[in-house]
Amino acid sequence: MIDQALPLKRLLDAHGTAATPFEKACTSTPLVSARGLTKTYRNGDVEVNAVRSADFVIEPASFVAFVGPSGSGKSTLLNMIGCLDHPTSGTLHVLDTDIATLDRRAAAHFRGSNIGFIFQDFNLVPVLTAYENIEYPLIMVQQWAPQQRREQVMRLLHAVGMEAQAGKRPDQLSGGQKQRVAVARALVSRAKLVLADEPTANLDHDTAYRIIDLMKQMRDEFGTTFVFSTHDPKIMSEAELTFTLEDGRVVSRADKRETALA
Amino acid sequence: MLDVFRIAGRNLSRYRRRTLLTLLLIVIGMLAVLLFISVTGSFKAMMVGQITDSVLGHLEVHRKGYVASIDTLPLNLNLQPGAMAKVEEALQQVDAVQTWSPRVKFGAMYSNFAETTSIRINGIDPAREAATAPLLPGRISQGRRDGPLLTKGEVLIPALLARGMSNKIGDTVVLVATNRDGSVNGKTFVVRGVLESISGPGGRDGYVHIDDARELLRMKEAEVSEIAIRLQDPARLGRTETRLRQALDGLTNNEGQPLLEVHTWADLSPFANLARLIDVMTVFIKIVLVSIVLVSVMNVMVMAVYERIREIGTIAAIGTPPARILSLFLGEGLLLGLLGTALGTLVSLAAIYALNVWKVHFVFGQQQALVLAPRIGVFEVATVAAMVIGVAVLASLQPAWKASRLDPINALRHV
Repeated sequence: MIDQALPLKRLLDAHGTAATPFEKACTSTPLVSARGLTKTYRNGDVEVNAVRSADFVIEPASFVAFVGPSGSGKSTLLNMIGCLDHPTSGTLHVLDTDIATLDRRAAAHFRGSNIGFIFQDFNLVPVLTAYENIEYPLIMVQQWAPQQRREQVMRLLHAVGMEAQAGKRPDQLSGGQKQRVAVARALVSRAKLVLADEPTANLDHDTAYRIIDLMKQMRDEFGTTFVFSTHDPKIMSEAELTFTLEDGRVVSRADKRETALA
Repeated sequence: MLDVFRIAGRNLSRYRRRTLLTLLLIVIGMLAVLLFISVTGSFKAMMVGQITDSVLGHLEVHRKGYVASIDTLPLNLNLQPGAMAKVEEALQQVDAVQTWSPRVKFGAMYSNFAETTSIRINGIDPAREAATAPLLPGRISQGRRDGPLLTKGEVLIPALLARGMSNKIGDTVVLVATNRDGSVNGKTFVVRGVLESISGPGGRDGYVHIDDARELLRMKEAEVSEIAIRLQDPARLGRTETRLRQALDGLTNNEGQPLLEVHTWADLSPFANLARLIDVMTVFIKIVLVSIVLVSVMNVMVMAVYERIREIGTIAAIGTPPARILSLFLGEGLLLGLLGTALGTLVSLAAIYALNVWKVHFVFGQQQALVLAPRIGVFEVATVAAMVIGVAVLASLQPAWKASRLDPINALRHV
């Protein structure tokens, strides 16, 4: 068991007035809080404890990494935070919602309203252009009006630096460009939390850093919390708050901001 | 919803060859059905037209029991003038009736003075018969077609008889008939014309003037064997038959039983069975079309879901409601149906048009050089189109349902 996270609000209060979206977001209650979070899979007669008694708190507008070797439970943890999976025991609150209470439809609605996803393989729709891929959640999930949709998509295309590639399909884009589109798609519906499972695993080092920088930049611009998983030591060092997992347990927590303030 | 259709359209375009093959199957299926309906419909309409407009009329009224023994053409079941007057009174009250023609039917011996054979004869009022069976003058292959069908002392003979007996226009022949009392009488006639035979009852009958028939049969009164009726609109056949039956029900014999019977052309012609067979075949052809559309669209949609499981997982993960995923895949099926229907209708109409430009001739029974003129109504096209579209959506339902129920985590892990 590790210590409860120190609320970032207190830290910010001590160092000036909140002004940016990032700072404003930091003044609210925890975005994600888990207590005794456990996930057990049954594979025939064998029980697999993917996550064991995990306790953690994630503040709004944080830039958080779950790190650990393959099979340590990172993806399972992200799936539960993303309301794609239910815990076996313990509690998990995301945006003050106990995700164990959400049924399939409610979970879909919750994800569509609050959570964005970035995937290791980008998972863009191959027949749609970059513009249309970013627009996709606004049509399929939230049904925005065309004019608002256009403005929001153009804003995001600009934000991720993909305006010039707006009309290109995924097979005409590089890996980094695809992931930029995926970042924009995750943010387009004004998600409060973006979950990225190994977002840089399929990218070369330079591109991976650029994507991490872009995610940070988006966090600063939109105040969105980014939670990603990685097993790349260099990438994990970019996170402000890092939880290390081993065999499904959160074995350490490192907060750069606390260290800096101390 | 239009945006969902736009995305569904894009999804169809990702497997172009498969989509085109499916569309091709739908087009071929629609072509087969619409061509079959138009050709058989045209054949049916032509044959029914031939039967009703040159022989039977749309309805016929007989004395009760006459049709049951029509092979012997019984003279003792003729309508007497009193009953005939009441029938005419009833017919005048039915708006749908355009005209009618009284006939005296009898069997006779036909002789050219060298050979003798049997013949069935209709004694007719030429003007009324021409109005009731307007295609009858068109069947005169030899002889005059202008003026009245025939005058007293003249006979129209069927082509088979003319060939067999080597009779020509203007030849004198003798008809010998037995009257109701069993005595025999003969009368000479001049051959005025030769009639092309047609299939069905009465298609190989001869015609004389009704007064000549009564004279030959030594009728003391103006008896009638049957009344052929022509309707203004053949589509109202069923309703008019019912109406006429009700109007004639009041006429009873001495035992209080109905005196008359009303039959439609379909009751009297074996072709009605063929027409019904064509209708049944049309249903089967439609079932084949439904099967083609069902199997091909379902195959495409099952493959589409299977190949896009990860993509479905992605769209489900980002919060797309299951109903929206369902509508996306149903939209793909609907688009396939709509496209297939549009193309199928265009190709079918072009083929039907081509068959009307490059006419197809055929022989049916005794009828030579019949020309096929396929026609298809808007209702038939709309019915087949609706069927194809409906089945396409139905075929997409199971794969679409499966897609909407996929667990996002399992779907995202799918390789």
